Amino acid sequence: MKAKVYVTLKPGVLDPQGKAIRNSVGLMGYGGIADVRQGKYFEIALDASLDSERARETAERMAREVLANPVIEDYRVEIEG
Amino acid sequence: MKFGVIVFPGSNCDHDAYHVISKHVGQPVSFIWHRETDLAEYDALIIPGGFSYGDYLRVGALASFSPVMSSVKEFAARGGLVLGICNGFQILCESGLLPGALMRNRDLHFVCQHVRVRVENADTPFTNELRRGQILSMPVAHADGNYTCDDETLEELQREDRIIFRYCDAEGRTTPEANPNGARDSIAGICNRGRNVVGLMPHPERACEDLLGSSDGRGLFHSLAATLALASEH
Repeated sequence: MKAKVYVTLKPGVLDPQGKAIRNSVGLMGYGGIADVRQGKYFEIALDASLDSERARETAERMAREVLANPVIEDYRVEIEG
Repeated sequence: MKFGVIVFPGSNCDHDAYHVISKHVGQPVSFIWHRETDLAEYDALIIPGGFSYGDYLRVGALASFSPVMSSVKEFAARGGLVLGICNGFQILCESGLLPGALMRNRDLHFVCQHVRVRVENADTPFTNELRRGQILSMPVAHADGNYTCDDETLEELQREDRIIFRYCDAEGRTTPEANPNGARDSIAGICNRGRNVVGLMPHPERACEDLLGSSDGRGLFHSLAATLALASEH
């Protein structure tokens, strides 16, 4: 089983890296790009002993307490397999 | 009066802080490894600058989960004095001892230069030898010093006079040009509600000798020592 955790900056929090990427792709000629926001992606391999409910619970807690900083970031958890 | 300087893998301003306490403040000081948990003998702690745990995940994040930080939280809850400098400020925010977060600099550059900060509150254990409005010159060296917090927290910091230092120009004005990293409200340093925990991005420990371009940082350490001397008399 695998947990996928997506961590993104909260809406409204300035993302200077996303802005720089936005500027670069603009210079490269990509059209129609309104904005770019960057974030982080984690793949967590989970022990087979966990059922999917416990797996989600564990991954959610880990995302909230460790992987994301709730002051500036949001997270989303997906369980696979 | 005993000072402790906490050392994480990747700390690199620990020896500077140690040097300043032993040479300029003239007080006993020890290094505290990040796995230690007994802080009973200390009166003040310095969390130094550097790149703790490589700044992996987020700046200061992994350090905030280290064994010593659980003890630092208890130490602070008892009223112990804690000064976080640069990475130390980031660690204090990540561990929840100070509000807000430090994000990537506005212009994405690692800024390494002398900046000016204005003393906004001289009524703390860390600034009582300074005066409000005084302009200090200190170096900054960071990629993630862009202080941010939500509107409610900012309003609280302002109302409770917990913004200790703001970036300013030579005349003491807080302009966008004088703000090296885009920090909200030009914030360079803040304190907690109890005023016993302070974090700042500039490096006072690197500004204690004229040979290094400034000795303005001494005021912070002398304030700390004066506070502790006063406390031990009572």
